[in-house]
Amino acid sequence: MRIDRVGRLCGDIEKSCADIGRLIQVMEVCGTHTVALFRLGIRSLLPKNLKLLSGPGCPVCVTEQAYIDTVIELACRDDCIIATYGDMLRVPGRETSLEKLARANIRIVLSADDAVKLAQQHPGKTIVFVAVGFETTTPATAVAIQQAAEFELENFAVLCGHKRVLPAMETLLSGRNDKIDAFLCPGHVSVIIGSDAYRPLAERFKRPCVVAGFEAEQILEGLAEICSQIEKNAPSVGSVYSLAVSPQGNKIAQSLIEKFFEPCDGPWRGLGNIPQGCLKLKSQYGRFDAARRFGLTMEDCPEPAGCLCGQVLCGLLDPAGCPLFGKKCAPDHPVGPCMVSTEGACAAWYKYGPER
Amino acid sequence: MNHDKILLAHGGGGSLMADLIAKTILPGVSGKSADKLTDAASVNFAGGDLLMTTDSFVVKPLFFPGGDIGKLAVCGTVNDLAVCGAKPVAMSLSLIIEEGFEFEKLERILKSIGQAAQGANVPIITGDTKVVETGAADGIFINTAAVGEKLEKANLSFDNIKPGDVLIITGTLGDHGMTVLSGQKGLSFRSEMQSDCACLFGIASALVEHLGGAVKFMRDPTRGGLAATANEIAQATGLSIRLDESAIPVKPAVLAAAEMLGMDILNIANEGKILAVVSADVAGEAIEILKADPLGKDSAVIGTVLQVGKSAIVEIRTKIGGSRIVGMPYGRDLPRIC
Repeated sequence: MRIDRVGRLCGDIEKSCADIGRLIQVMEVCGTHTVALFRLGIRSLLPKNLKLLSGPGCPVCVTEQAYIDTVIELACRDDCIIATYGDMLRVPGRETSLEKLARANIRIVLSADDAVKLAQQHPGKTIVFVAVGFETTTPATAVAIQQAAEFELENFAVLCGHKRVLPAMETLLSGRNDKIDAFLCPGHVSVIIGSDAYRPLAERFKRPCVVAGFEAEQILEGLAEICSQIEKNAPSVGSVYSLAVSPQGNKIAQSLIEKFFEPCDGPWRGLGNIPQGCLKLKSQYGRFDAARRFGLTMEDCPEPAGCLCGQVLCGLLDPAGCPLFGKKCAPDHPVGPCMVSTEGACAAWYKYGPER
Repeated sequence: MNHDKILLAHGGGGSLMADLIAKTILPGVSGKSADKLTDAASVNFAGGDLLMTTDSFVVKPLFFPGGDIGKLAVCGTVNDLAVCGAKPVAMSLSLIIEEGFEFEKLERILKSIGQAAQGANVPIITGDTKVVETGAADGIFINTAAVGEKLEKANLSFDNIKPGDVLIITGTLGDHGMTVLSGQKGLSFRSEMQSDCACLFGIASALVEHLGGAVKFMRDPTRGGLAATANEIAQATGLSIRLDESAIPVKPAVLAAAEMLGMDILNIANEGKILAVVSADVAGEAIEILKADPLGKDSAVIGTVLQVGKSAIVEIRTKIGGSRIVGMPYGRDLPRIC
């Protein structure tokens, strides 16, 4: 029965794409979608003129190199314990990565909450939480800071690298890549920000923005909705993930973000400065800011020679089109960030794609 | 890629570990080629074929649902012989114990070593014990080695694998790896999962005794999981493999845990499963034989060996009828951010 539905959705997509009769480029913003599209075998079922672009939605990939270097600098201090999500371990800084540094004070955590526990267990060290990710992980960091404040933990700090998805999507359409016909919007982020958050973008740029979950049927349903909107020339916001995503999103999580953080301009790796694309800790919580506590400044540094991750993240280039792909740059020796995270576009293409 | 230091990923069972063995370990000790390395090596002597294998165990946590480091140390080594078609006849046991390790824990581990060895009918005939300073080991490390006698009917080799042969897995994937990982990370769904750690000589020998040369090759997909084992077969034979995702047995709780952590169930370690390559004409019979043993009750045909296309690859037909490549895992899977 499920297979029937998959077949029907594929049929709908094929029919719409045939009627549209030109190349349609849909960007999946979220790295989890990128992997799911490959892993579920969806790419192999789509018509030739429907092209999927992997967008800047893997938090590891868009974390700037200077940030990684700062984490590495802190990891070299004996008075700090670094608490990080696992996939940050392999990201290359200018000279090394946390994995290659291989110091015992680098701990993998599954949540910000675990970092707070580390702070309680190690009162003699400062626990620096590597706070990266979009609206999905930001509320958890906010809760961790709230707890640290409540427990009066003076040895807990975050190195804030949190980012906001919408400004990046807006920047992409404002000149970086106007060939993007539609966005398949990220399921997890949308749980927090709500599907209505995409309305200004859809209206201003006249592009379909459709939120989808991560099951095969949900993704195909999202793509079918996008194709149908393009076919009817009626771009709008849609959601085929209404079980998890409401139009308004999660108000509690949003207010937690607002309580502790404020938007600021800042760099995304590969994309450069994104107006209002980053978050910083509000000044009243500055005591939890690791950069401030240790007097660190992050200096811009150039991308590694030949690395085209920036173009990949904008949907201007398929990973296989980069001359380094699969040669100088592979998962066991990544040059650029998109090859590092399992959810990076290049790593997904390398792992699942036939073009090698 | 040259590394100047050993990474944890060098021990992950993926391409990085294969590199370490081929480019550093083998040239250093023997000059033997890394092509077609098997789980146990054969030694010719006057009486016939003797097989030998060794394995070290550093699992953390030491105790986990379904087993502990002691049971694992016996089963892991027995299984390396079993999948090479050998009956284990004797085993050695070396313990490297960290100063301060509790006797109570040591006794529990030794008890399960004894039980597992008895269950596998293999005597532990020699051993060694070392104690190192606090911090120089993590509680206890164990090494076991074993010799085995080749079963007469066993003729297992990469070279026997031909297009048209089928791949059989003897049960659900990922149970051990996800149980241990969630033990490390303290995830709350741990209680629903249990390691599959078990000695596989019984089930392996039943297959070989009944089907003889129709069983072409066996391997226990431990670190690197089914993905690594399938890729090793493809690389060693120069043939392609197509897996069928809907046929691969996985427990829902294990799949949910893997998906939550962003891990591919095909890359996760197993400690009580065999991947067997058999002639297609005996596939039905093989499944019947395997299912007769409780350890093989979920056995299933999960793939086919194909004539090679452009290059030898492992691909999988997904549940919804699409297809994708199954790559060799790199090192260890890292839990993702979100």
